[in-house]
Amino acid sequence: MRYEAPTSINAAVKLLGGSKGLAKVLGGGTDLLVQMKTDRIEPDLVVDVKRIPGMRDIAAKGGGFRIGAAVSSAELGEHKALKKAWPGVVEAANLIGSHQIQGRATIVGNLCNASPAADSVPALVAAGALAVVAGPKGKRNVPVEKIATGPGKTSLKKGEMVEAILLPKRPPKSGDAYLRFIPRTEMDIAVVGVGVNLTLDAKGVCTAARVSLGAVAAQVLLVPEAAKALIGTKVDKAALDNLAAACSAACRPIDDKRGTKEFRIKVAGVLARRAAAIALKRAGGK
Amino acid sequence: MMSQVRVSTTVNGDAVEYLCEADETLLDVLRDRLGLTGAKEGCGTGDCGACSVTVDGRLVCSCLVLGAEAEGRKIGTVEGIASGDKLHPLQKKFLEHAALQCGICTPGFLVAAKALLDHNPNPTETEIRFGLAGNLCRCTGYDKIVRAVQAAAAEMRKG
Repeated sequence: MRYEAPTSINAAVKLLGGSKGLAKVLGGGTDLLVQMKTDRIEPDLVVDVKRIPGMRDIAAKGGGFRIGAAVSSAELGEHKALKKAWPGVVEAANLIGSHQIQGRATIVGNLCNASPAADSVPALVAAGALAVVAGPKGKRNVPVEKIATGPGKTSLKKGEMVEAILLPKRPPKSGDAYLRFIPRTEMDIAVVGVGVNLTLDAKGVCTAARVSLGAVAAQVLLVPEAAKALIGTKVDKAALDNLAAACSAACRPIDDKRGTKEFRIKVAGVLARRAAAIALKRAGGK
Repeated sequence: MMSQVRVSTTVNGDAVEYLCEADETLLDVLRDRLGLTGAKEGCGTGDCGACSVTVDGRLVCSCLVLGAEAEGRKIGTVEGIASGDKLHPLQKKFLEHAALQCGICTPGFLVAAKALLDHNPNPTETEIRFGLAGNLCRCTGYDKIVRAVQAAAAEMRKG
């Protein structure tokens, strides 16, 4: 294996695109090094992107934020303005693993590892986040829900890497939230995860919403029917009932040791309701 | 074919240089090349915290860091916690409270507890338990560790 730590995106892309065999991007390494240790992968090249300027920065951009690919979850949690604007995204990232893991793990890594149960991804999908993909043909912005195509699989082509996440500008009276179910209180993998992001008008009517589900399908789902259940309502009991039903209906889960299909379908609705209530409160609604 | 990487870094305040394999973890570098055997390999996959160290002041599992990544960083290990012969309050209180039995997890707990107290000098019991959730101990049942951290925090607040 070869280790490279380039100091520009162009050099990183060139290394990734020009490599023979398996080339992997190293950000926080909390998935990559485990996969190497357990012999699930044997990379020929590891490209450490932490020496590239901007990769470890959270920058205000166009009223929103640009989060570099190597920003750790702990750093997200320490960024007051980001936490205020996108509490759901930050709380989702901060749920991942221990303090030790938080010190290294990144949301770009969480996205590109493409686990259906990735905690930060439903929150990012609900937020309408974009992934900035750099590659041999230049850069493109891709909605985060288009990155994972199945467990461990992404739409990234050879030589491409995600260099940052863009979170959009927040309209007034907006709120987001992420909730997951795990059998313990922490340090576990989501059995179901739900991200809700909504905006209210002056009268408290929901004008925009995005709802996303994790761990209930082969990839994180954006659920437009669930958003429709909220838009045009005051997020009252009837709307929450419809939201829960839409979320349960969207689930295509598997049975595994952490939960049955039936359980996941039921819990998706329950958590969606609770996450919407938190998002509503954060948006200043009642 | 492995290509070796030359690394210049700082460990517990001392400038250090080493050659390591590209896929060699920082944990293996510390233990096998630098003779710092305080950090232990429990799981090797970031679950147990026995290999905890700090990189630029940030608590991490050294089994999930490549040795090559340490270039230009500041590494802190359990060996750097005491000042000379004088034990750190955490080390003293771990002894006084018998917060260890087999001792494998202890270096990781000390590094993690120090990182916790550096950040929050007066943690509640809940904050200590959550803060140390990345460190596993199979002997003590955790209670004595929590008491030792509380006692060390109290002593450190007195200054």
